[in-house]
Amino acid sequence: MKFEWIKILYAVWALLIILNIGLVFQGVTQKIAARLGRRYGIRWYQPYIDLMKNYAMRSSITHGVMFYLGPVFRLSGGIGMFLFMPVIFDSPYFQNFSFSGDLILISYFMFFGTLGMALGAGEGGHPYSAIGITRGLSQMTAAEVPQILAIISVAVQYQTISITNIVAAQQGGIMNWTVMTNPFATAAALLALLGSMMRPPFDVVLAPQEIPIGPPTEFHSNFLAVLQTNRAIFPMAKMVLFVNIFFGGATNWPLMIAKMFLLYMWPIFIGVAFPRFRVDQSIRWFIKIPAVIGIIAVLLVR
Amino acid sequence: MSMDDLKKRKVTGPDGEEFEVDPLNDYFCTERPHPEYPGNKIVEKFLNWARAESIWILGFGTGCGAIEMRPLMTPRFDAYRFGIQWRPTPRQSNLLVVSGYLSVKTLKRVIRSYEQMQNPKYVMGLGSCTINGGMYWDSYNTINRLDHYLPVDTYIAGCMPRPESLIAGFEQLKKIIKEGKGEGANKYIENLDWYKQNQKKIIKGWDMPDYNW
Repeated sequence: MKFEWIKILYAVWALLIILNIGLVFQGVTQKIAARLGRRYGIRWYQPYIDLMKNYAMRSSITHGVMFYLGPVFRLSGGIGMFLFMPVIFDSPYFQNFSFSGDLILISYFMFFGTLGMALGAGEGGHPYSAIGITRGLSQMTAAEVPQILAIISVAVQYQTISITNIVAAQQGGIMNWTVMTNPFATAAALLALLGSMMRPPFDVVLAPQEIPIGPPTEFHSNFLAVLQTNRAIFPMAKMVLFVNIFFGGATNWPLMIAKMFLLYMWPIFIGVAFPRFRVDQSIRWFIKIPAVIGIIAVLLVR
Repeated sequence: MSMDDLKKRKVTGPDGEEFEVDPLNDYFCTERPHPEYPGNKIVEKFLNWARAESIWILGFGTGCGAIEMRPLMTPRFDAYRFGIQWRPTPRQSNLLVVSGYLSVKTLKRVIRSYEQMQNPKYVMGLGSCTINGGMYWDSYNTINRLDHYLPVDTYIAGCMPRPESLIAGFEQLKKIIKEGKGEGANKYIENLDWYKQNQKKIIKGWDMPDYNW
């Protein structure tokens, strides 16, 4: 297969779009949460200013090589995941670098950033970072089980591990979407998604009231700005993946953004309605309910 | 922490392994800090706007004034709409609000927190106690003038100032930053010897490195 260089340009363009969507979603979500609490709330473009401010800090100090690499790994996890995923179905421009086995590669990339962050935060030397990382890794590992089970179920259902083919199989109406044809896999994946979105009830990892503020405690200035960039890209990449696998993909950007926004509201609605789990509780919950649903999904799939 | 804790010593690990610990070099930076001045004027103007519109406060209440910061997070006064947010760690914050009287014991913590913050950073004195001691001016264990120990950017007078005056103070600070006058971090480093001399006069038994982060 010939490699087309112009694809790089398209991929960077898609990445820029997704970064902006992420930042706007962050601002809008905080605004909605504030309005629910009868506050006026932040300005919707506040995440942009925060990001610029942190990149513009004059001084920064380091604790060693891994401290530098932690945020870089985290960001490359988010970007890497996005770059190997088709975004808009049937569009010649927004296919990124998707290939026939991308579903497996993306599952690896989803965990990559957390591991890098663990090394970086560990070298920061702050006890709260170590506690946060321990909690984060345990919770993420537990949440990964139902997610991988759901992905296996979908791969078996469509007999492919190419996201493009999975999206193609879902075209032709809402009844063809995976959420209709394989509801157990969708349920397991959506419940697993809660575990990695850092919203209640699974935000004990970096909850300011519990351990100020978990893994990023020591990260400041540019390091924090890189992490913030990732916080805009990574959840959006996950949203694109979920829309592609379970909700029929999208043939244009407005439809994609609408679906992403609705999906993004799912962890947020759960978050405002439920109190926080401790880590041992959340691990038990992930193993008891979503993982069992995931096993049912694998068993039932034809 | 006492001065002995900072000395080089041998420590036995949980599995019987012996290793050497040199706290001053392992945990602190002994190098003297250097000021970092603003660069290009036009770029700096834009960056100052960003800094002014995104002020992250260190959630550290030194005295009774801290009670006036809480209403700012709630619906009645809601400071978030002005781009003001609270951070739990000094590394990520830009503004240290010294809220009310500052006892000698707290001064030490305030200095350590301030020095861990990154340039550019700002200090705001809240209440009369930070200006001239206020009702504690003849107390045996509070400082009278905050300005002698840390470079203060702006004060909010009153005892106690209401949350409205805090918001007015934030607006004042924004003006100062946008004019490019919020260079307290550089001022502190340039006059480090003078500040350290004042701090050491108050804090008996100085048991930390001169510049710690």
